[in-house]
Amino acid sequence: MVAYPDDVIAELERRANLIRRHVIRMTRAAGSGHPGGSLSCTDILSALFFKVMHHRPIDPTWEDRDRFVLSKGHAAPAYYAALAESGYFPTDELLTLRKLGSRLQGHPSRNKLPGIEMSTGSLGQGLSTSLGMALAAKLDRKAYRIYCLCGDGEQQSGQIWEAAMLGAHYELDNVTTFLDRNMLQIDGPTEKIMSLEPLADKWKAFGWHVIEIDGHNMREILEACDKAKEVRNRPTMVIAHTVKGKGVSFMENALSFHGKSPNDEETRKGLRELGEEP
Amino acid sequence: MKYQYASQRKEYGRALVDLGKSRKDVVVLDADLSSSTRTADFAREFPEHFFNCGIAEQNMMGVAAGMAASGKVVFASSFAVFATGRCWDQIRQSIAYPKLNVKICATHAGITVGGDGASHQTGEDIALMRTLPNFTVGVPADGPETFKMTKTFAEWNGPCYMRMGRLDFPTVTDPDVPFKVGKGSVLRDGDDISLIGCGIMVSRCLEAAEMLEKRNISAQVINMSSIKPLDDALVADAVKRTGGVVTAEEHNVVSGLGAAVATYLVEHDPVPMRRVGIMDTFGESGEGEELMRKYGLTADKVVEAAEEVMRRR
Repeated sequence: MVAYPDDVIAELERRANLIRRHVIRMTRAAGSGHPGGSLSCTDILSALFFKVMHHRPIDPTWEDRDRFVLSKGHAAPAYYAALAESGYFPTDELLTLRKLGSRLQGHPSRNKLPGIEMSTGSLGQGLSTSLGMALAAKLDRKAYRIYCLCGDGEQQSGQIWEAAMLGAHYELDNVTTFLDRNMLQIDGPTEKIMSLEPLADKWKAFGWHVIEIDGHNMREILEACDKAKEVRNRPTMVIAHTVKGKGVSFMENALSFHGKSPNDEETRKGLRELGEEP
Repeated sequence: MKYQYASQRKEYGRALVDLGKSRKDVVVLDADLSSSTRTADFAREFPEHFFNCGIAEQNMMGVAAGMAASGKVVFASSFAVFATGRCWDQIRQSIAYPKLNVKICATHAGITVGGDGASHQTGEDIALMRTLPNFTVGVPADGPETFKMTKTFAEWNGPCYMRMGRLDFPTVTDPDVPFKVGKGSVLRDGDDISLIGCGIMVSRCLEAAEMLEKRNISAQVINMSSIKPLDDALVADAVKRTGGVVTAEEHNVVSGLGAAVATYLVEHDPVPMRRVGIMDTFGESGEGEELMRKYGLTADKVVEAAEEVMRRR
């Protein structure tokens, strides 16, 4: 197991914080969007885009790149910020989110923006497309990995479990999936709307290698990715326990910020909490 | 008229095997119906390039999209009712919107599925697929055209839908005429009325033309195997010459071939027309030919419609 020095961890945390600030500014500028679910998966995105994945932002279609699919497409603001900070496009463009003519659609569109591997937004579909990429990689004897980020609400879709079966059946050990377990969906707590637990047992029963981590602990995220690479003949599901709205006190665990942008005052306060000088 | 009969499914399977021999990037998916759709023929020859996804069409379409995004030419098959309706949102979101190179090739379309009944028949698949932006939709008239269309779709860059039947179809197309996206073909010349059909109804249109000839009506017969894009130019030429149209399809008249032709005509060149097809109803169990008669998918019905159009001209 790789031991990650403190400065590496600190740098990834710094960049996660940068993404969080982008998310606040972007959703404010757009006047809509999904800050809550963007902030819960920001640390995972930071780890993937700035450390774990092999990719070349100046050559987005490089054949041997690792692939990333955002199955929870509504976390697009955090995804776009991670892409821009990686160098896929200028960070200035982030504020065009959801605007007419922008490449930054409300939900990711493969044919609009470099770096987007798959159009998503209709929930429950990204895992299937990830597995298709994984099958193709196996067929081509390619070593690249596929990273998929799912939401917890979409675990209620039947298609997720169809994909769960296929992933195990075809022994797709080149797939690492993160489940952003923030416990909330639009209408309320997942366990109140449609119970998901015991989630880890379900994925184990479907034949997946399951790892449970604190989804805001950078070291745990990196170690889970390393462990997943060592697993043979099974895909890996990393259940990342997270907090919706993480990093901005009044957004944390607040249902209202699932699909609502902050107002001016909230934006100032949020950015201040994230360490931005006024 | 004496026809040779050929299975569209068999020709599809044969074309896939052919493609497997010449192209390494072709993969085939099925949802537990591979012996019926004949993708099993491909699976036997190229087991590494075949993936059975089980009875899970939604996931199959997603997997197809992911493979296409990785450079594969993906054929995904099932019965038409399941390959379109069961997973329409997956096709829309993961295949049509990102414009991925997936060929959905469905068998057992229409009501000639027969004994399985309405649950397994479909008169809605053309409607569902032609309304999707980026999609190309084709309905081969017979076995040989199925072979050609499969090959053409493999070369075509973008999502395609091909609709096949279960029964053996009479061979009506000219072996020397290739299938081209956006092109229909004239199978019989005529001056008084144009009969525009797709699928098995093309053979019924040819029969109807024979019957009409005995009544001194000269009917042109068009095989409109390219539903989307529709061969507008061919329709325009046809009505310039004949001034009346009957469409015929083994599909609900709501939003199928007839609706596509009618839309073109209303906007560009209104002439009297009638649609022959399934009259907005579900099918039932029975033999394929029996069902064709009961639901009005016969040469007689085409003749009746043609005479009515002639009276209105």
